[in-house]
Amino acid sequence: MADLFGFDEALERFDPVLGIEIHVELNTKTKMFCSCANNFGAPPNSQVCPVCLGLPGAMPAVNHKAVESAIRLGLALNCEVAEHCTFARKNYFYPDVSKDYQISQYDDPIDFDGYLDVELEDGAVFRIGIERAHMEEDAAKNTHVGGATGRIQGADYTLVDYNRGGTPLVEIVTRPIEGAGARTPELARAYVAAVRELVIALGISDARMDQGSIRADVNLSLRPRASDPSKQAQVPFGKRSETKNVNSLRAIDKAVRHEVRRQAALLASGGAVVQETRHWHEDTESTSPGRSKEQAEDYRYFPEPDLLPIEPSRAWVEELRLTLPEPPAERRKRLQGAWGFTDFEMRDAVNAGALDLIAATVEAGASPAGARKWWMGELARAANERGTDLAGLPATPADIAGLESLIAAGRINDKLARQVLEGVLAGEGTPEEVLTARGLEVVSDDAALLEAIDAALAAQPDIAEKIRGGKVQAAGAIVGAVMKATRGQADAGRVRELIIEKLGS
Amino acid sequence: MNRLTRLSAAEMVTLLDSREISSVELTQAHLDRIESVDGAIHAFLRTLPEVALAEAEAADAARASGEDLPELAGVPIAVKDVLATKGLTTTCGSKILRNWIPAYDATVVKKLREAHLPVLGKTNMDEFAMGSSTEHSAYGPTHNPWDLDRIPGGSGGGSAAAVGAFEAPLALGSDTGGSIRQPAAVTGTVGVKPTYGGVSRYGLVAMASSLDQVGPVARNVLDTALLHAVIGGHDPKDQTSLNDPVPPVVEAARLGLAGDVKGLRIGVVQELGGSGFQAGVMDRFQEALALLEGLGATVRQVSCPSFRYALGAYYLIMPSEASSNLARFDAMRYGIRVDPKAGPVTAESVMGATREAGFGPEVKRRIILGTYALSAGYYDAYYGSAQKVRTLIQRDFEAAWEQVDVLVSPTSPTTAFKLGEKLDDPLAMYLADVATIPVNLAGIPGISVPSGLAEDGLPAGFQALAPARADAFLYQVGGALEAALEDKWGGPLAAQALEIPTQSRVKEASNG
Repeated sequence: MADLFGFDEALERFDPVLGIEIHVELNTKTKMFCSCANNFGAPPNSQVCPVCLGLPGAMPAVNHKAVESAIRLGLALNCEVAEHCTFARKNYFYPDVSKDYQISQYDDPIDFDGYLDVELEDGAVFRIGIERAHMEEDAAKNTHVGGATGRIQGADYTLVDYNRGGTPLVEIVTRPIEGAGARTPELARAYVAAVRELVIALGISDARMDQGSIRADVNLSLRPRASDPSKQAQVPFGKRSETKNVNSLRAIDKAVRHEVRRQAALLASGGAVVQETRHWHEDTESTSPGRSKEQAEDYRYFPEPDLLPIEPSRAWVEELRLTLPEPPAERRKRLQGAWGFTDFEMRDAVNAGALDLIAATVEAGASPAGARKWWMGELARAANERGTDLAGLPATPADIAGLESLIAAGRINDKLARQVLEGVLAGEGTPEEVLTARGLEVVSDDAALLEAIDAALAAQPDIAEKIRGGKVQAAGAIVGAVMKATRGQADAGRVRELIIEKLGS
Repeated sequence: MNRLTRLSAAEMVTLLDSREISSVELTQAHLDRIESVDGAIHAFLRTLPEVALAEAEAADAARASGEDLPELAGVPIAVKDVLATKGLTTTCGSKILRNWIPAYDATVVKKLREAHLPVLGKTNMDEFAMGSSTEHSAYGPTHNPWDLDRIPGGSGGGSAAAVGAFEAPLALGSDTGGSIRQPAAVTGTVGVKPTYGGVSRYGLVAMASSLDQVGPVARNVLDTALLHAVIGGHDPKDQTSLNDPVPPVVEAARLGLAGDVKGLRIGVVQELGGSGFQAGVMDRFQEALALLEGLGATVRQVSCPSFRYALGAYYLIMPSEASSNLARFDAMRYGIRVDPKAGPVTAESVMGATREAGFGPEVKRRIILGTYALSAGYYDAYYGSAQKVRTLIQRDFEAAWEQVDVLVSPTSPTTAFKLGEKLDDPLAMYLADVATIPVNLAGIPGISVPSGLAEDGLPAGFQALAPARADAFLYQVGGALEAALEDKWGGPLAAQALEIPTQSRVKEASNG
């Protein structure tokens, strides 16, 4: 591995310029150009037909729903939607494209000239320019078998799964992102997170980075710091690297940081950055060179003659505009105000992916603070233990709202609530059902409590004496004994009240 | 020769409807004819006797049950080997697809099956439809029924020769630059290239997607129209197919056959004739014009100045698209696989070795030409300029349609040339299509009907062109000309051909 500069040192000498390409796999029922199911995880080569296998004579037919998703995404990214656009063929020989060309869009994308406002942790907002978003079909999935690295070099053979071939993608390309300085890694991550959030709100993709339904390529270049900072924008861009398939938010930040440090070291030692694609390695948190642009292929783009131009009517576009969800950032602000969360609490909830769950829990009748407490506390721990995300837990927002209402009604206390939740997570049913099945209800019958108190006082006469003598804090020991006797099902506050009433100080 | 094979498809339908003959008899008669003459002609790459007879039986059964049948039900047909046929080897005349058995039927083949037309077999063609002589087939050339030493035209020489030699009453072809019309002209048969989008291309193995079109081949205009009506119409699987209903082609053919062309305005394309055209071909063309004029059509000269660039533009656009369409033949999924003679066996080296061994010289020539034309830095000068020429040609046609209803020219500059004569001179070969190519570039329909025998005793063709979607005009003009000429000849032109010597077929390889 090449030498690295320290990040801060790199930033003192160089100004990073960022560009991000995000591939969003759409969750349409069928593929981009045929009627095969668009599923993740089906047995290899079970979701294929003459069209997506590229059999001789087969022809593509555009999936209207995919066009609709692409337009909605474009509108949400504040893009113009083309009145006329075409598909093109990107020609290259590789087994993962069944026709040896990929149908994509080239010089006239469906969406162009947009922007997305991205908020960083401290509330600073950057406007990211969107150059274009275009439709294309995904390639098949290659699995290189044998060899140590799982890469094609050194592999014995390669298996190709055409299930993914022909699934619909939208590729979103930013304009060069300048001026973020030391915050460039953070901004890169925040931008990808924002796009992911947007795509989820639109409901157009599963948005699972771990399954590749959102994939990001990070372009980064450095240019020298201008002596006069106000003239920085006039310094020409340096040569950029393109780091492919950085597949987690955390890795986005790391990959940008790594490239800044790597390129700075290269440039500072008098070397030059090679314009190339690079691979991200999660294990070593570093990048390695892939294909260099000097030997890059000539894709021989030309208009796809098997498809007609796409000409979305303005009426349709406006109709789709009405289906757009509230922009996630605005929605966050609105919810934060309504819930009275601090900035920290809000960000925490967002980062944990708990926002929608909390909103749904509040919707189902819980207090915002109550909903937050459960999702960010007990449930976050449970998810962590199970290695899943919050949405993957068996507890629903309705369950949590139900739990809260049991507490509010005084039927369970906090401690019992935890046991109820445990039952819910174990699949024993709704909180109400768990409560009944486990017999966890709070003992609210004063007579039963007094009986337990009498027994405790009788067992510890010295304590009883102390309380009578005015040492109210000594009541704690009796409360503890009562709680133990009732297996925690007593309301501790009520027990204390009854003790003090009884011994009347 | 069994008299049944001499009938027109329309006459066959009459006999089938009156139960004088069965589809099984009819189909068997053609299979017998193929058996006796195809050794000399080599129109078929593969015949399907069992399948065809089973389909014929089904057609007879359907007819017996009193079902309302499509017009051509029971009439056998030959299919160019460029159309995917489910379960049946489809080679496109190429070695690289020697073993490809499609998992699906082309839409037009599906329509044939639904309409109960028994498929006799798959016909020979220039490899991937690239050629004007059928000599570029990897499986040997087809011979012209009029003179076995001559080419049957191409790329659809197999379909034209099969029909011309009475091996089939009907055939399907595909026309990218003249592959239906030029073979029709040199074999004395009728061929139509419908309006682009008029017939589904789904399942037609593509050469140049923006130019390719499937069309009918027969011995007379009415049969061609009847077949056009069976295969035409919108197909959701081909988004470039038109949404319109099939034009009234059969009615138009009948109108023409009745001699009704009164008031029809005919334009003679000045640029398609004269120098470079064989004298006998021009003579027959002029006589045909005079006949049409005699029937009440008006004739005037029309200039289409951009046509002189058509061949050049065509030989940039067609290879560009072909280079991309033929990329998929890479040994990874179907077709033959050839491992490299030396060096490591990688996907790339297998692709290279397979394509080197699997493609013939004409296909390689066009792939290289197209790859070059689309390359960065050359795209604008080649592909871009060619598209501009295409627009100019379309404008020439648009201007012409303001003056006339149809344009006419000889279909091909010459009659059939000798086998081997132009094989080493690609440019000379390309010139055989000089008059047919503008039609494909403009997406309009064209027909070739026999105009008689030239001074060398070989058939010449008369081509008529109409505006997009106005295919009906072609059948009207074609029908009128055919009726007038047959009046003069005392019967169809094909009847004047010499009997073909019987020569048994070389045993074909079994399917798969």
